[in-house]
Amino acid sequence: MIFTGEEIVAELSGLGITHAIWIPDACIGTWEWAFSASSDVQLIRICREGEAWPLAAGLTLGGKVPVVIMQTTGLFESGDALRNILFDLKIPVVSIIGARNWLNTESRDTARKFAEPVLQAWGVPYQLIANEHDKPRLTDFLRSCLDAGHAGVALLAE
Amino acid sequence: MISRIPLRDSLSTLAGARLDTDVVVTNMGASRVWPLIENHRLDFHFNPSTMGGAIPLAMGIALAQPQRQIIVISGDGSLLMSLGSLVSVAAAGCSNLSIVLLDNGIYDVTGGQKTAAVDAGVRFDETARSVGFESVAMFDDAASWQADAAGFLRAKGPGFCWLKVAPALSEDMMTQQEPMGVQIERLRTELER
Repeated sequence: MIFTGEEIVAELSGLGITHAIWIPDACIGTWEWAFSASSDVQLIRICREGEAWPLAAGLTLGGKVPVVIMQTTGLFESGDALRNILFDLKIPVVSIIGARNWLNTESRDTARKFAEPVLQAWGVPYQLIANEHDKPRLTDFLRSCLDAGHAGVALLAE
Repeated sequence: MISRIPLRDSLSTLAGARLDTDVVVTNMGASRVWPLIENHRLDFHFNPSTMGGAIPLAMGIALAQPQRQIIVISGDGSLLMSLGSLVSVAAAGCSNLSIVLLDNGIYDVTGGQKTAAVDAGVRFDETARSVGFESVAMFDDAASWQADAAGFLRAKGPGFCWLKVAPALSEDMMTQQEPMGVQIERLRTELER
């Protein structure tokens, strides 16, 4: 994993993120203990990815700064909820999406194949973090989204 | 024959029991009927919406504003699309969130097709109780609901109230909500107070 749990919580805390709404996968799931130990970022566990976007919208309306964390498969599953919140309500939710099998260049996983085309089809700004050298881009990108008040996906290679 | 509360009566009772500081989130059919009864600065009519999204959205407001009571009115069809959201609410310990389920057994806004829960015989109150809701109630007559609505809203949460209601009147389903941008701006301003 490109980020350890300690690193990601420190980055999100520095951005002023108050809540992390997530469904973990095998990679981002390793961050659980770090979120659980954080007093700055509250971890919210949900049952299905479609809950994440309206939940983040409610937190935003209430004055908090959430981030949604899930795998690309969850992004696909929750597309209609994302559409509704980002485009109908125009609430600028930021997210970290784990790109399943991105680091496996031989993979024929369709979740890998469709990750970028789906984001491009939605028209959601995104930043690929593909390796260790890209790490600073995650914080820079999310900060630019928060400052500009628009949605954005940090697509994190797994 | 199942006893059912007229929809307008069920919502009028809720409007009467709600405090001036309570946030009310409506969705789908309820968002069309509620404005005929109540027009409050802390109402939020979540339309256009994704079915099943109202409870998570209200949960977010509840977590962000723990000093406020948040009431979300959901239809049975919407709840069935995100039944797991009950688990999420209970797990997060949203003690200031009350879910009022309007169960008419059909998808009202699409013409009245039956939901799967009818044939399955789902007991929504037992579902809510089993996932950890602190206060759970069921009403299928207007008088009982009127007598206990305020008590339900002030009981320890999270709360879940299953109301068996009649379908909406067709003329009530034509209501237009304020534009979403106007609603969002007003609610944000009110929640900042």
